[in-house]
Amino acid sequence: MRTKDLVATAISNTFRSKLRTTLTVLAIFVGAFTLTLTNAVGAGVSQYVDAQVGALGSPDVFIITQASDATTAGDGPVKYDAGSSASVSSQQGPPGTTTKALTDTDLNKIGDTAGIVSVDPIRAVQPDYIEYGTGTQYEFSINATSAVTTADLTAGGQLDGSASEAQLVLPDTFVTPLGFASADDAVGASVSIGITDILGEKHTVNATVVGVSLESLLAAGAGANDALIAELADAQSGGIETAVTSYGVAVAHFDTALSADGVTALKADLATEGYTASTIEDQLGAVQTVINGIVGVLNAFAVIALIAAAFGIINTLLMSVQERTREIGLMKAMGMSGGKVYTLFSLEAIVIGFLGSAIGAGVAIGLGSVLSAVLSQGLLSGLPGLNILLFEPTSVAFVILLVMLIAFLSGTLPAQRAAKQNPIESLRYE
Amino acid sequence: MDSEWVIDAQGLEKSYGSGASRFDALKGVSVQIAPGETVAIVGKSGSGKSTLMHLLALLDEPDKGTLQVTGQDAKSLSKRAVNELRNKEFGFVFQQFFLTPNVSVLDNVILPLKIAGMGGKERRKRGMDVLEQLELADKAGNKATTLSGGQKQRVVIGRALVNAPRVIFADEPTGNLDTATGAVVEDILFELNHSQGITLVIVTHDEDLAARCDRQIYIRDGLVVSQTTSNHTHSPHTGAHALVTPEAQTTAGGAA
Ligand SMILES: Nc1ncnc2c1ncn2[C@@H]1O[C@H](COP(=O)(O)OP(=O)(O)O)[C@@H](O)[C@H]1O
Ligand SMILES: [Mg+2]
Repeated sequence: MRTKDLVATAISNTFRSKLRTTLTVLAIFVGAFTLTLTNAVGAGVSQYVDAQVGALGSPDVFIITQASDATTAGDGPVKYDAGSSASVSSQQGPPGTTTKALTDTDLNKIGDTAGIVSVDPIRAVQPDYIEYGTGTQYEFSINATSAVTTADLTAGGQLDGSASEAQLVLPDTFVTPLGFASADDAVGASVSIGITDILGEKHTVNATVVGVSLESLLAAGAGANDALIAELADAQSGGIETAVTSYGVAVAHFDTALSADGVTALKADLATEGYTASTIEDQLGAVQTVINGIVGVLNAFAVIALIAAAFGIINTLLMSVQERTREIGLMKAMGMSGGKVYTLFSLEAIVIGFLGSAIGAGVAIGLGSVLSAVLSQGLLSGLPGLNILLFEPTSVAFVILLVMLIAFLSGTLPAQRAAKQNPIESLRYE
Repeated sequence: MDSEWVIDAQGLEKSYGSGASRFDALKGVSVQIAPGETVAIVGKSGSGKSTLMHLLALLDEPDKGTLQVTGQDAKSLSKRAVNELRNKEFGFVFQQFFLTPNVSVLDNVILPLKIAGMGGKERRKRGMDVLEQLELADKAGNKATTLSGGQKQRVVIGRALVNAPRVIFADEPTGNLDTATGAVVEDILFELNHSQGITLVIVTHDEDLAARCDRQIYIRDGLVVSQTTSNHTHSPHTGAHALVTPEAQTTAGGAA
């Protein structure tokens, strides 16, 4: 039999028992539908996170903290040593652990490490409000790492780290409340930022808006350049220099010429000196790992549905082989080889798998696109740029092929039965 | 010897099951069939007729004995060669129709050609030719299930005929047809033998059908008990009574 004829015969055989085929296809449909959707969620969120990574930019930056000491419960108190454990504790690091802060000595040591170009401490500033002209004052926060990241701009330009002028990148949600007609209107304007020092005295600092950015999941708050941060930090310290001698986190620029292996080696060097260095990608990787975990669990459910459907295919085809005993016997008597009979039934399984998965994927794309559009207008409107369901052609094709493979494997048992059938046994009628 | 016989079987033995339930269906049967001959295998139900036909048609393998088909030793043939031989040289008519339901008459008829891997156009043409010959051309597009018994059996003959076989094996071809339609089917088979020289091997317990054949092989309990030759030459209805031996008559009577 020609391959073309085998395929055509398999397709027409599939439609011979319509109800049975429909029910089996339905079972596969559920699995394929779910798998397509979960993959789309994974892809959608991944793409969003990637875009955020892009927004954070700066591939040549390490976020550096002290390596967390194992001061966990049960070890007992650690002896105080003026040399090493001088400035203990900060809010950095995972909850439930204490991380030692970085001192100026540490910064010098990091700066001297081969491969590090510069190192700057991150100084957290807590402004009270922002105000434009004599308008309403709004609560306001500044993203401490904004000086080293790239904002996702809707108007204006990026911060200039080396400028002596205090610069600000304003989140776009502030544009209208502050009284600007548009994002472009805000660019170039001078705003005042209110801040209270540690003695309780209030100060205002002026800054120029150089850009307007989209609110980002991973970098909330406004962006400020080094000059503005320094001004705010000075105001906050109330002139008492000793107040800030330790920092939770430092930002280090490393040599952009370093290869990926070089970066890894540099991280190891810093680790031996007792510092934990991670790139922004490393930090986002953790977020992505969590998301991938969730998608993985959802995928597992879809695969369970597919396994259930596989038993449906086995059952359907076994019944079909049983019913068509005579037909199979006749075809073998007329010279059809066992291999061709096997292929015929395998193809029937694959056709069923294809029908279920193609319809499942198609419906998932249709419904998912509508859902995605509705969600991005409603529930998820707070996360601009997030396309919660992203249907990638390759992953849809992968789902369909995977289901066809599962169907083929399910078809092996019935197909083998059919292939091994003895034509005489099948044709006996006495 | 080589080309003298289409089928030359010597000392065929075949048993089913093993141990206590072992049953010897054939106990040493020798049969020779010449090209263009019509041979009836006659016997009671359970005597081993179908078993013998299956062996001769290479649908099964004997436990003992030798079998030569068109001069080739069956044992020496590969599985593939056996399949090809059955597909190209043999046609089959069974007691039941074994037509695929919900498939058109034409598609049923061309099944052997499809299995042979013939192209769609060519096989449709061959199929229509055969249906024309059997006066079923107007039913080509009908579903097989919509036909009457006689029409169905004609479709079955069409299917056996479409690959222009050398031998047609028919196991009780009129077994479940009424006398009139049975006679029509018989006429078609003998006409094929007459005009195209197709060898017929007919398994039957119908004495009248057996008498229309050139030769009758009587089987009882797995052994050939007698062979008779009709003295008619291509005039099937003359002398049908003269050839029946007394022994054959008892066998036939028992089966009827
Ligand atoms: N697969 C089988 N297993 C066991 N016994 C069988 C099998 N096939 C046939 N037989 C037995 O072999 C004998 C001959 O069968 P068969 O050739 O079909 O007889 P006939 O066609 O003359 O009626 C019968 O007794 C039958 O019961
Ligand atoms: Mg029989």
